[in-house]
Amino acid sequence: MAKARVLIRPKEGILDPQGKAVERALPALGFEGIEHVRVGRMVELEAEDTERLGELCEKLLANPLIEDYEIQPL
Amino acid sequence: MIWGVLQFPGSCDERDALHACELAAGEARLIWHESRDLDGVDAVVVPGGFSYGDYLRAGAVARFAPAMEAVAEMAAGGAPVLGICNGFQVLCEAGLLPGALLRNAELRFRCHQVELIAEGASSAELGGPEHPQLSSRSAFLAGIKPGERLSIPAKHGEGRYYAPDEMLDQLEANGQIAFRYADGHNSNGSQRDIAGVTNDAGNVLGLMPHPEHAVDPLTGSTDGLRLFRGAAAAVGEAAPA
Repeated sequence: MAKARVLIRPKEGILDPQGKAVERALPALGFEGIEHVRVGRMVELEAEDTERLGELCEKLLANPLIEDYEIQPL
Repeated sequence: MIWGVLQFPGSCDERDALHACELAAGEARLIWHESRDLDGVDAVVVPGGFSYGDYLRAGAVARFAPAMEAVAEMAAGGAPVLGICNGFQVLCEAGLLPGALLRNAELRFRCHQVELIAEGASSAELGGPEHPQLSSRSAFLAGIKPGERLSIPAKHGEGRYYAPDEMLDQLEANGQIAFRYADGHNSNGSQRDIAGVTNDAGNVLGLMPHPEHAVDPLTGSTDGLRLFRGAAAAVGEAAPA
């Protein structure tokens, strides 16, 4: 079985309120100078056949209209 | 007429939907998500709730339910299909409706009565270049005049309607915007104040607010019932109210 990691991010230009909330919380904790925080998802999986991982991402793990994905072999 | 109301694990508004359907016309039955057979129903409601726990993305898993294959066939055949809240999310994920629903801009789950404006050809008072006035073709809007205001409850955490600008332009040009939030009522940050859209043919409608919760004067508004009556009229059952 081949291990892989899929990173899913909100597409550039789409408002990411979770990222904004995290960003706004940082100064109160003493972390200054951090911006453009984006929050996405990570999916780890093991596949017999990694050929179809792209299709899997398109159909289920990500919604291509609003999210970008990146497959990283492990 | 016979209505089918889908039921997924995690649906929570299917009972109110059954009630609303039957108040409008005919009888309504629940359809379990594993059923591939819609049993001859004339119209389908995909209700609100948290299908499959909203895991991954709201509606992302529910779209693979066997019952959804049958719904897609019915939709292609022109039958009225109404997706409410989570049902709207499911229909978008399934590709039966354009666009997507994102986390509310303020991140809060919002539960309140909202004012909706029905889109339409003669609502000149809505004006403005960003709101070209075109007629919605949805069967559910039969009997609702363009520009009419409907008071309907909304309750969701992921109701921010999103589509790329060019797709939004296309939807407006096609008359696929069914409802917009009135000024001050777009609490989720939806693009162009969009609360509900239809497919190209107009027989599939999705909206975030809950018409099935606005069918009895006891709860403040009966405006939601008009959508169900519109669909009944479309299948030749009753005159729209």
